[in-house]
Amino acid sequence: MTYIAKPKFHHPSLKKNELGYTHRDYEGKISTLCAGCGHDSITASIIEACYELSIEPHRVAKISGIGCSSKTPDYFLGNSHGFNSVHGRMPSVLTGANLANRDLIYLGVSGDGDSASIGFGQFAHSIRRGVNMTYIVENNGVYGLTKGQFSATADRGSKSKKGVTNTDNAIDLVAIALQLGATFVARSFSGDKSQLVPLIAAAIGHKGASFIDVISPCIAFNNHAGSTKSFDYVREHNDAVNRLDVLVGRDPIAVDYAPGTVQVVEQHDGSKIALRKIDADYDPHDRLGAQTFLAKHAAKGQIVTGLLYVDPDADDLHAHLNTVETPLNTLGADTLCPGSAVLDKINASLR
Amino acid sequence: MSDKKPISSVNDFVVRFANVNGSGSASANEMFARAILRHGVPVSPRNIFPSNIQGLPTWYEVRVTEDGHLGARGGVDMMVAMNPQTWDKDVAGIEPGGYLFYDSTKPMPSTKFRDDITVIGVPLTAITNSTYTDPRQRQLFKNIIYLGALSALLEMDPKLIEQLIGEQYKGKEKLLSSNVHALHLGRDWALQNLKCPIGLRIRKSDKVGDRIFIEGNSAAALGAVYGGATVCAWYPITPSSSVAEAFTAHCKKYRHDPETGKAKYAIVQGEDELASIGIVIGASWNGARAFTATSGPGISLMTEFIGLSYFAEIPAVIMNIQRAGPSTGMPTRTQQCDIIACAYASHGDTKHVLLFPEDPAEAFEFAAAAFDLAERLQTTIFLMLDLDIGMNHRLCRPLKWDDARQYDRGKVMTAEMLEEGRDFGRYLDVDGDGIPYRTYPGTHPTKGSYFTRGTSRDRYARYSEEGSVYADNMQRLVRKFETAQDLVPRPLQANAERPTKYGVIYFGSTSPAMDEAIGLLEERGHQLDRLRIRAFPFHSSVASFLAEHDFVYVVEQNRDSQLRQLIVNENGIDPVRLVPIVHYDGTPITARFIAKAIGDHQDHLKVTPLRKAVS
Repeated sequence: MTYIAKPKFHHPSLKKNELGYTHRDYEGKISTLCAGCGHDSITASIIEACYELSIEPHRVAKISGIGCSSKTPDYFLGNSHGFNSVHGRMPSVLTGANLANRDLIYLGVSGDGDSASIGFGQFAHSIRRGVNMTYIVENNGVYGLTKGQFSATADRGSKSKKGVTNTDNAIDLVAIALQLGATFVARSFSGDKSQLVPLIAAAIGHKGASFIDVISPCIAFNNHAGSTKSFDYVREHNDAVNRLDVLVGRDPIAVDYAPGTVQVVEQHDGSKIALRKIDADYDPHDRLGAQTFLAKHAAKGQIVTGLLYVDPDADDLHAHLNTVETPLNTLGADTLCPGSAVLDKINASLR
Repeated sequence: MSDKKPISSVNDFVVRFANVNGSGSASANEMFARAILRHGVPVSPRNIFPSNIQGLPTWYEVRVTEDGHLGARGGVDMMVAMNPQTWDKDVAGIEPGGYLFYDSTKPMPSTKFRDDITVIGVPLTAITNSTYTDPRQRQLFKNIIYLGALSALLEMDPKLIEQLIGEQYKGKEKLLSSNVHALHLGRDWALQNLKCPIGLRIRKSDKVGDRIFIEGNSAAALGAVYGGATVCAWYPITPSSSVAEAFTAHCKKYRHDPETGKAKYAIVQGEDELASIGIVIGASWNGARAFTATSGPGISLMTEFIGLSYFAEIPAVIMNIQRAGPSTGMPTRTQQCDIIACAYASHGDTKHVLLFPEDPAEAFEFAAAAFDLAERLQTTIFLMLDLDIGMNHRLCRPLKWDDARQYDRGKVMTAEMLEEGRDFGRYLDVDGDGIPYRTYPGTHPTKGSYFTRGTSRDRYARYSEEGSVYADNMQRLVRKFETAQDLVPRPLQANAERPTKYGVIYFGSTSPAMDEAIGLLEERGHQLDRLRIRAFPFHSSVASFLAEHDFVYVVEQNRDSQLRQLIVNENGIDPVRLVPIVHYDGTPITARFIAKAIGDHQDHLKVTPLRKAVS
């Protein structure tokens, strides 16, 4: 909860994006999460990505479930409508919102408890339906708001702050998303803004179900030795398959091409993703290859990050349902109601 | 045959078909009912079916009722016994003097019959097998053959049945002629070998008028189409699935753009009821009209979201086609058992609007109205049907729509209004009716956005755990519910001919049985004023009705007299004055049951029937 109002004034020379918005226009209320929380870094990356993409802030609908991660939509895009819904049910609420108005950008924010436990079913079904959304899981392997219980993404053998060892197998949401047919699958680390910002920007540009698993250490309950979701552990075991930049019909945001091959992927909305490959063998268009790659590295204890899979020609639930281009929430009685003459005919057929 | 005289009745009897589920009998039986309607004689058919796809017993009961009594009557005058599995029970259920129609291909021992009924054997299997070789054809045409035989026995006009077959198989000439052929096979055999007609007869009349014959679920789905629903999310559950299926069928016909072929609706079969209501809430939050259809177990699953809808004030329409509970209960049997579960659904202090249609015509009207109410009141509206209305064809007045009617989209603040500088507080009661304004997401670049949450917040949607802020909001929700009283359909009152201290309250599918029972009670000399409740919250006229009568019977189809509990709770009246009349065995309530229960109670109260007093 926020007790302190955030001051609105800002430095007059603050940079503006294509639409004339400053960084500040994409911010929200002051975060009430613990100082140093990985989630706040993700919030910063979301703000950065939306600013870079020059999105009209109010054209984003930010929807979340319940938990620390699900509180964060209050901390970015203050001029957007937000919906802190029901535990584990963000995907269904987002699906409904998306059906009502296909013209907005849908940002779903969830956590590992929210998506891998109570909402595992909704996570799975929203992805297999191909809802056009960016689904971000802020993954810390722990229930923060209820003070440190293991979540379903906690690795087997990892230790809780109280010294309890987790004996259950971990759910890897990235592997599941790949299997369910997500058309954009990535993993990143809250502490790696240079990787995360372009990933979020690319996911927003993607038409279809985009999923990003962001490892986000919990400073209060899961940042100790023995945790596999701590800052130190993730930094040591991070194996990035690629770095990327997003080019949105104008000058590239970043032109800092690193050595190695560069592959440009053009997405449905015309945006381009420039993939700087670190692992030369990695092909982000090969779903099966991505699954194998992920499994092999998991066995070695490595956390694979980067854009793992993308289908640039994907379509979405609206395409599957063949809905009209006009948002359903703008249709009135004139187009929706068949009228009394039709009803008379229906009556006649029922005699 | 014993000394019991065979029942003799024109246009007033009950025929029950005992079949095996999945044998294709349903369409022949329905054709029988429709054929009688075409004679101008009202019928009220009911499916009595198991939770099964093939093999278990199923019954189809047709009440032929020139007087237009559309409730279940109870008792069977003619049994068409096509299921050996249930033979003994079926035969035992025939009224003395009634008729048993059966397939006499195989001889039956005389112990399998009764001597106080008329037994009519038709060698259906023999006739079928001598005409058809294909096993599927044999099964289907056997049903049409018995329909033909019945038409002769009941003196029905075969032309009217042929006409129905013609309509059903329009454009499929081969099927059409073979069905007509099968009809006459049965009819001719009966005419040549049996004494036709029997004591039960159909005579042409003019009592149907312009009424239509439709299932409540289909009518409710049509109401959703007319009411402007664009998003439907559902999970299959008996007896509600046919709502979503009918909505799909209606939308395919009436909701595609003629030029592009694109759909002006979105239907999602959710992974469960939680997702279904979540989709409805998300769509409604975003300004679309959305609904789901479900039954008791689905309601249980949806309750967390229903609380969110109440507290965060998001419109939703839930059609609850009630079936017998608790738990899985009797999934294919009818009850009105979710009144309390829906009225107070979800944890914390909640109250929800319920609508109680009595038949398909009201299901259509109330379904369309539910979307206006949901958006006006920004909360969940329950359309409370039950299996009896939902899954049976019911004769009802034609559906009506006024083309001048506009949808009431409720209090929505637009970009223009925000631009004018209107003060927007998402939970601010500006009009004193408890209803705040809302904005749709994406309305204005800098004004009107807010954060929707299930947690407590102030009038401007800012998070707050202040006790006074929380209480202020809860009080406003009470005011909003009071506003709802005058927006929902009002109760309908019908007074007895003479002033009386006794009243009866009823609702929903009990309606036709209650109307008929009033006649039976009057015959016993009991006068009762009637009040049909059509919605919750209760209109003030309910309290007046209670005040005007010493004793009020509350007739309902559940064990715990749930509507009575709701009335007692909401009106704070002495429960002793409200007498529960409950019927809850899963069969539809009958006039005979109501008349007996109320009549016996009146006798117990030592009410001297007026007729006795004067005689």
